[in-house]
Amino acid sequence: MEIGVAAYRKNDLNLKATELRLGLPGTDDHEMEEQTSVRNNNNKRPSPDTGDDCGVKNKSEAAGCEEVTPVAKAQIVGWPPIRSYRKNSLQQKKTETEGTGIYVKVSMDGAPYLRKIDLKLYNGYAELLKALENMFKFTIGQYSEREGYKGSEFAPTYEDKDGDWMLVGDVPWEMFMSSCKRLRIMKRSEARGLGCGV
Amino acid sequence: MESDSKRKKECSSSPESTRQSFPDEVLERVLALLTSHKDRSSVSLVCKDWYHAERWSRTRVFIGNCYSVSPEILVRRFPNIRSVTLKGKPRFSDFNLVPHDWGADIHAWLVAFADKYPLLEELRLKRMTISDESLEFLALKFPNFKVLSLLSCDGFSTDGLAAIATHCKILWSEVKNLTELDIHENGVEDRSGNWLSCFPESFASLEVLNFANFGNNEVNFDALERIVSRCKSLKVLKVNKSISLEQLQRLLARAPQLVELGTGAFMQELTPRQCAELESAFNNCKNIHTLSGLWEASALYLPVLYSACSNLTFLNLSYAPLQSVELAKLLVHCPRLQRLWVLDTVEDKGLEAVGSNCPLLEELRVFPADPFDEEIIHGVTEAGFLAVSFGCKRLHYVLYFCRQMTNAAVATIVQNCPDFTHFRLCIMNPGQPDYLTNEPMDEAFGAVVKTCTKIQRLSVSGLLTDLTFEYIGKYAKNLEVLSVAFAGSSDWGMQCVLGGCTKLRKLEIRDCPFGNVALLSGLEKYESMRSLWMSACNVTMSGCRRLASEMPRLNVEVMKEEGSDDSHADKVYVYRTVAGPRRDAPPSVLTL
Repeated sequence: MEIGVAAYRKNDLNLKATELRLGLPGTDDHEMEEQTSVRNNNNKRPSPDTGDDCGVKNKSEAAGCEEVTPVAKAQIVGWPPIRSYRKNSLQQKKTETEGTGIYVKVSMDGAPYLRKIDLKLYNGYAELLKALENMFKFTIGQYSEREGYKGSEFAPTYEDKDGDWMLVGDVPWEMFMSSCKRLRIMKRSEARGLGCGV
Repeated sequence: MESDSKRKKECSSSPESTRQSFPDEVLERVLALLTSHKDRSSVSLVCKDWYHAERWSRTRVFIGNCYSVSPEILVRRFPNIRSVTLKGKPRFSDFNLVPHDWGADIHAWLVAFADKYPLLEELRLKRMTISDESLEFLALKFPNFKVLSLLSCDGFSTDGLAAIATHCKILWSEVKNLTELDIHENGVEDRSGNWLSCFPESFASLEVLNFANFGNNEVNFDALERIVSRCKSLKVLKVNKSISLEQLQRLLARAPQLVELGTGAFMQELTPRQCAELESAFNNCKNIHTLSGLWEASALYLPVLYSACSNLTFLNLSYAPLQSVELAKLLVHCPRLQRLWVLDTVEDKGLEAVGSNCPLLEELRVFPADPFDEEIIHGVTEAGFLAVSFGCKRLHYVLYFCRQMTNAAVATIVQNCPDFTHFRLCIMNPGQPDYLTNEPMDEAFGAVVKTCTKIQRLSVSGLLTDLTFEYIGKYAKNLEVLSVAFAGSSDWGMQCVLGGCTKLRKLEIRDCPFGNVALLSGLEKYESMRSLWMSACNVTMSGCRRLASEMPRLNVEVMKEEGSDDSHADKVYVYRTVAGPRRDAPPSVLTL
C-alpha cells in the first residue's frame, strides 16, 4: 500500500495539501478528493473547542460525550504537525492489520473507553455477540428480523461503508464482515427504527 | 600551485604593514583548525586578509536556506570545499503546506560542484528535491565521494540509489569508498528492491547504511547480508520494515560491532530456538547505544533486546505501539538512557515508568498513535509529563503531543526542569484552553520563558492570547526558533516577538490573526533572521509588496491558494538572500 510521497506528488493529484479527509484515517489514502481547509473568516481559528466539548475532566464525563454518534471532524490541513513518513507509517499499520485481521472499534454507550476486536476470529453472529456480551458485561437479547433485539436495554449496531448505522444481524455474515467499519452498542431507546436494513 | 598565486594576488591590495605581521600560510593553518561555522563567520569579518585566509581554508560549508545564496556565489567565495550541507524547503513542507513543485532542486548546485569541487566528499541535504538523474550525476562526477545523507528529501526512486551503488563499482579502481548512505525519512519511490545488489562484491567500506523509512518495500536480503558481512567497519545499520526478525538475527550475527541499530518489523512468529538465537545475537552486541525501528514490536519479543540495552543512550520506540507495562519492563534495562522517543500508547503510566527508571534522560518525544482519531480518549496527559519532570531533572528537550494540558502542570514542570532548551508542546485540538480552569494557556508558556532562560526553540499551542507573545518577547532572550499555530489575538502579539526576541532566526506562523501591521513591524528584523513563514493569517498582497519594496535584500514569496481572495496573501515566505529573487519558482509561487 505504501506509495512514496514522491510518487504521490509526481502524479500531480493536487497542488494543495490533500491531507483533509472526512473519514477514518487509513481509508482512501491516495484518492483524489475535493477538499477544503477549515478556516474561519475573521480570527483564523476553527470553531472554538472549549472544555465543554469532549475535553473531559474525568472518564465519567467522557461517557456523556460518546452518546453522540461520532462524526469525524473535518481535519485541518497539516495538523497536528506530524511528518508525512510518520503518518504513512501509522496508516500503513492500519491497512496492514486489516489484511491479516479485521479489527474494528467497539464502543458502548456509557463505557469510558472503546475496545477493538478482530472480526475474523468469529464464525458468525452468535460468536460475535457472545464475545461482545463478555467484553462489556451485558446481555444482548434475542434477535428477530421484525423487531431487532428484544429483551435487553442494548442493541448492537454498526457503521457500514456508506456511513450508515445499521442493526447487527440483518445481512449475511460475510457481507457484514466486509462492510462493517465499527461497532456501537447502543441503548435500545435510541435504536428504535434501525430494524430495517437496506 | 595555482591556488597560491591566486591568493597572493588578492592580498597584494592590503597595506604592507598588516601583511608582514602574519604570513598567510600561518594564518590559514590556524584558521583551518576552526570548525564552527559561527566562528568562521566572525573570523571572516575581521579584515580583508582574514576574510581571504578563511575562505581559502574552509572545507565544510553549511547553508541553512539554499536560496539565501547561489551556487555561483558559493563556489566563487570558497574554492576548497569538501563537504556541503544544504537545507531547502520551509519546515512546514513536512506538513504538506508547501506546493510539491516549490523548488529546492539540487541539480544546479551539483553542476557547479562538478566544475569547482571535483573532490567533493560529502553531501548532506534536508528538504531538497533530488532526481534520479541528479543521483546518477553525483555518482559519476565525484570520484572521492564518501558520504550521502538525504533527510526528508523527495524526487528520487530506488533507480537513483542503484545508480549510486553501481557507480561505486565503476570507479572502484580509482577512488571509491562510499562510507555513508543515509536515506531516511524520504518519500522514495520503489522501482525495484535490487538497488542493494548494485554494490559491487569488492565494496567493503560502508560505515553507515540507513534505509529505515523505506516503507515496506522489500530489498534484496541476500545482497544486504553480503554487504553487512564484508563491511567490517559498519557502525550504523538501520533497516526497514520488510526485514523480519529471523533476517535480523542473521544480520546481527555478522555485525556485532554495530553502534546504532534500527530493526525491522518486530513481530514475526519465532520458534523457541529462533528466539534464543535472536537473544544471543543481541547479547553479543555490546556496543549498541542507539536502538530504533521496532515496528509493531510485540511484547512477546521485547525481552530479547534486554541484554543489548545496558549501554543504550537513545531508544526510538516511536513506531512501536507499546502499552505502559511493556515499556516499564523494557526501561528497567535501560538505566543510561538519555533520549527516548515513544508513542502515546504508553499513556501516563508508561511515562511514570520513564520518570522512575531514567534519571539521566535529557530528551523525550511523545508522538500520537492516532492523531486524527478524536473519539478515543487516551494518549498522554499533563500527568505523564509531570511524572517525567519529577524523575528526570536533566530533561532539556521535549516534544509532547497531548489532548489536554493545564497551566499549573506546565509551571510545575519547568520548575522541576529549568534547563529546557527545546520546549515543543502540541495540544492537538487547536485553540484548546486549560481543561481544568478553561483559561487560555498563556501562563503555561509564560512560565516556560520566565523560568527557562536558555530556551532556544519553542512551539506553542492551545488557546493563547497576545499575552503569551508579550511574555515571549519580554523573557525569551535566547529564543531562536518559534512555531505558532492557531494563537494570538491581534498584531500586537507578533510585534512583541519581533521586537523582543533578539536572537530570533526562524519564525513560522499559521492560522493566526496577524496582519500587515505585524508583518511590517519586522522590516528591519528579517535581515537578521533566516526566514519567516506566515500562512492563513491576515496578511494581504499589498502588505507583502510593501515589505518587498522596502527590503530589497529579502525575497518575499507568496503562494496563492485556489479560490482565494485576490488581495489575500495565503502563504508568505520571507527570507534574506544575497542571490536576489530566484528564477526557478513554479507558477504558484510569486516573488514580489
